[in-house]
Amino acid sequence: MTLLTFLPLSALIVIFALGVILNRHPIRSALCLAVTLFLLAVMFVFLDAHLVAALQIIVYAGAILVLFLFVIMLLNLEADIPQRRRRNLTIAATAAGLVFAGVALRPFLGSDAGLPGVGMSGPVPDTFGTAAAIGQRLFTHFVLPFEVTSVLLLVAVLGAVVLAKKKIG
Amino acid sequence: MLIEIVIILVKILAVLGMVMPLAGALGWIERKGSALIHDRIGANRASIYGFAGAGLVNTLVADPLKFATKEDVIPRGADRLLHTIAPCINLFPVLVAFAVLPFGDVLLVGDREINLQIAPLGIGVMYVLAMMSLGVYGVVLGGWASNNRWSLLGGIRGSAQMISYELPMGLAIIAMILTYGTLDLQEMARAQGELIWGWLPAWGIFYQPVAFLILLVAGIAESKRIPFDLPESESELISGYFTEYSGIKHLMFFMTDFVEVIIVSGLVSTLFFGGWQVPYLYSSGFEFPWGASIALPNIAIVLLQIVSFTLKIVFFCWFQIMIRWTIPRFRYDQLMHLGWLGLLPIGFVNIVATAVAILATQSA
Repeated sequence: MTLLTFLPLSALIVIFALGVILNRHPIRSALCLAVTLFLLAVMFVFLDAHLVAALQIIVYAGAILVLFLFVIMLLNLEADIPQRRRRNLTIAATAAGLVFAGVALRPFLGSDAGLPGVGMSGPVPDTFGTAAAIGQRLFTHFVLPFEVTSVLLLVAVLGAVVLAKKKIG
Repeated sequence: MLIEIVIILVKILAVLGMVMPLAGALGWIERKGSALIHDRIGANRASIYGFAGAGLVNTLVADPLKFATKEDVIPRGADRLLHTIAPCINLFPVLVAFAVLPFGDVLLVGDREINLQIAPLGIGVMYVLAMMSLGVYGVVLGGWASNNRWSLLGGIRGSAQMISYELPMGLAIIAMILTYGTLDLQEMARAQGELIWGWLPAWGIFYQPVAFLILLVAGIAESKRIPFDLPESESELISGYFTEYSGIKHLMFFMTDFVEVIIVSGLVSTLFFGGWQVPYLYSSGFEFPWGASIALPNIAIVLLQIVSFTLKIVFFCWFQIMIRWTIPRFRYDQLMHLGWLGLLPIGFVNIVATAVAILATQSA
């Protein structure tokens, strides 16, 4: 990935990410988020991570964001929220954003050579980003996080079923 | 470098040059098919010098012209920007999904080998899934941006339906990935060139009939046609999510449905019916199981393969049209039942059965 592709792409991502928080209308915000996620997938493609790009689109842009839109449309959310709540939300969001920015910028400020990915350069191996390579890593090196995540998802599914059952009666 | 760009451009033009006219022609074939099933005379008013088949020319040339010159109405109170881009968002992902469908093996020009597939992606079939999962945005946006309750209902129905049927579709495709051991559609098509018991082509349908049925049903549901046309059911929602569209934008929504029919046909043909494979045709010519053989030049073989793939696609398009005019529309609860309680569990069982069968054959 060269600067020629990285700069315009990341500029677009930042613009649409800003669109998510600056748009007054929830549907437009959600759409900006969808475009942001799609562009992130494009970024993954340029980084030779084709499988991650496909998963990004299938899972986030194609399913989760659609559910967001679905809920916003069903509930017909108001375009505006009360002034008082808005102020509180702004404060909370700014604090969270600052903390996140601090974490994200840390590798560039200090000498954190131990963080994964820092200082990696050069051409990637041929198998990089293929389904086989990722699968092998997932089921050997990262098998515990992988299984724990699946249990977590199962719990979430069960929780959703219990909540829905209560409402039906 | 330049020659490679030219080759890719030619391939893109060739594929779009096949898909777009076919999508247009399907509009006419559909009317003819409906007449056939209703046992009536139909679609015969546009004959040129008494030749009724000229209705096809009419559909391909006159209809788009008529749509393009009609007034484009945007309803009051609609979101103008989203209303305008919704048809484009609807059409774009389906069209680019064709990039990974292989339409032939390798064409030799001089000492250059041309892989007859626009984008030889390693993730092949996942890319098709990703693009088809984006198709729902056009439906949701079209429904929401029109500022019309029927449109909104259609959009909401559409999004729920497409998300529900993406799951069984993915499960069917996972079973095929297990069977072929690859994600690349070109590799899958090549693997189907082998023979079972020395005479039967090793097409996916003979290994995975259940996955075939799931994929076909889920595919028809994804294209939102009868019996799955609840998002646009005329008797309840006028025209669903594209009620408020006119002119060229209406045509784009209309075309998307037909292009989806073609992509589903292409996917089914590639995964289950050998893709571009012609039975007993190998890279040197025909080699029949009873011993006879006919040597053919590369160009003839490639042409046969392209014709074979096209015929398979046209057959499945026709098959989907026959289904459309045969089965009545589902109720909404039946639709959800079929997706979540019918196809989904069958898909899971099919995956487990496939995995067990593969393990058994590997250890044997």
